[in-house]
Amino acid sequence: MESLLALVIGGLYATGLYMILRRNIVKLVIGLALLAHATNLLVFTSVGLTRGRAPLVPEGAETTAPGVADPLAQALVLTAIVISFGLLVFMVVLLYRAHQSIRFSELDELRNTER
Amino acid sequence: MSLLLLSPIVIPLTTAALGLVVRQRWVHQALMLAGAFALLGSTLLLFLRVLGEGTQAVQLGGWPAPFGITLVADLLSALMLLVTGLIGLATFIYSVQSVDSERKAHGFYPLLHALLMGVCGAFLAGDLFNLYVWFEVLLISSFVLLSLGSERPQLEGAVKYVALNLLSSLLFLAAAGLLYGMVGTLNLADLAVKLRQAPQPGLLLTVATLLLGAFGIKAAAFPLFFWLPPAYHTPHIAVSAVFAGLLTKVGVYALIRVFTLLFVQDVGFTHGVLLAMAGLTMITGVLGAASQMEFRRILAFHIISQIGYMLMGLGLFTATGLAGSVFYVVHHILVKTNLFLVAGLAARLTGTYELKALGGLYRSRPALALLFLVPAFALAGMPPLSGFFAKLVLLRAGLEQEQYLVVGTAAVVSVLTLFSMTKVWAEAFWKEPPHELPTASRSLPLGMAVPSSILALLTCMLGLFAEQGMVLSTRVAEELLSIEGYVAAVRRASP
Repeated sequence: MESLLALVIGGLYATGLYMILRRNIVKLVIGLALLAHATNLLVFTSVGLTRGRAPLVPEGAETTAPGVADPLAQALVLTAIVISFGLLVFMVVLLYRAHQSIRFSELDELRNTER
Repeated sequence: MSLLLLSPIVIPLTTAALGLVVRQRWVHQALMLAGAFALLGSTLLLFLRVLGEGTQAVQLGGWPAPFGITLVADLLSALMLLVTGLIGLATFIYSVQSVDSERKAHGFYPLLHALLMGVCGAFLAGDLFNLYVWFEVLLISSFVLLSLGSERPQLEGAVKYVALNLLSSLLFLAAAGLLYGMVGTLNLADLAVKLRQAPQPGLLLTVATLLLGAFGIKAAAFPLFFWLPPAYHTPHIAVSAVFAGLLTKVGVYALIRVFTLLFVQDVGFTHGVLLAMAGLTMITGVLGAASQMEFRRILAFHIISQIGYMLMGLGLFTATGLAGSVFYVVHHILVKTNLFLVAGLAARLTGTYELKALGGLYRSRPALALLFLVPAFALAGMPPLSGFFAKLVLLRAGLEQEQYLVVGTAAVVSVLTLFSMTKVWAEAFWKEPPHELPTASRSLPLGMAVPSSILALLTCMLGLFAEQGMVLSTRVAEELLSIEGYVAAVRRASP
């Protein structure tokens, strides 16, 4: 399972990076979204995958049994998903506004502020 | 005690929330200013507390040390918070008269408070994931502030700024996740202890490099600064001023924090890379500035070159070097904000930022010329002012470590900085105006001149009391180099 996810993450990173390098605004958004997913999966996987063992304390015990899933990693990924999704939505709105007022579709056309 | 530690986050949060609710113009403005005053007051109290009683920490959520959400204020954090409060207040007073009512109606003040909340939170964060979250808070408010007004160049700069900062956040998150997977904790104090036993040096170096990239983008260090020059001169000048002062410095703060507390296993490699980055950042920034002919762009490029000096102290990794870095950060925040404020004043009088179209300001406005000279000379490092002492300490630290290459670069860059400051002086203030400027008719608004004068006064004070400043910075540096105080304070903190 880990090696499959590793391949998926690598693929997502590669595709995302490729999309960003295409320098088209729509592809930029898609690329960033893919990179965000890749990162979330990376965080999720790096902590270790545990199947079917919830981090619950059994009745009468003080702590959880060893080998349960780490809830913190899932909390981190949840927060990160919300944040990256919010930022992406802002990015889409910003690009839409910029496209409306500047009429560009390739990032290379944004040269006016760099002269 | 915990209330005082929380106040730099709670005060801007409350003020921003109130600002969204209370829409009546004068009440709104008064509330926002009161919030800025309160923030300065609380950061000052917190600074004095930390100065007197040592590192303060608090655990939120009722869990003990590595499990709860930790807020820590050591001397470095407290110092940065104090400066943040000061810059926040100065910008608020300045923007009362300089920001147009349309921007204000679209929530300029609440956004600025949200930005300050993010900055303060980042300085207080006691674990890596919270640092990430606070970074996002300040980023999203900075995104909106940057594009507020929706002028064309603003949107253009914002696209690059947003895209690159998203990328840096993702790098940061990946590093935090990998680190958690390796060590099983994200609490900085806990990490510091566990990483000292260095379980997997190779992986650790990877994470260190990822973080270096992430914070390097935020701090605008050498190969990663390309988002800054197109973005920083496009928003409203008050926004530029607060960005220039604070935002890149949050990246520098994070670098200092992470590379003194966590990654000191392979100093030869990591800090060597930092030192090389520092030198290259200095030189590219100043060369970029020398090629520009627009007031704000020159200043924006100078931010980059000054970041190099701050990284230099960290790269040297000695008490003197770190003390120099800390002194430099404080000095630079005051000076750079002030320079942008003065640029805004000049543009208010003449209606332009183009140096070619400016001129004759010294004859018509000698007070403004003086206001520019103080921070400009401080930035270039003229002797009685703060920049001189900051650079002197850094150069001495470099000589002690026999890093002659970076010391030479720093010295040359100083001269080039002076060159571009004299260029601004000669073009905007000294030469005959190219055409009759409407300066005589326009008045210099007092509300915009006062914050700038106060910052100039503080720059002079920092130069006059440089010895006391260095004593304080050395204390900060010693705290940074020995982690015991930090770790003990976090462990001791009551839930």
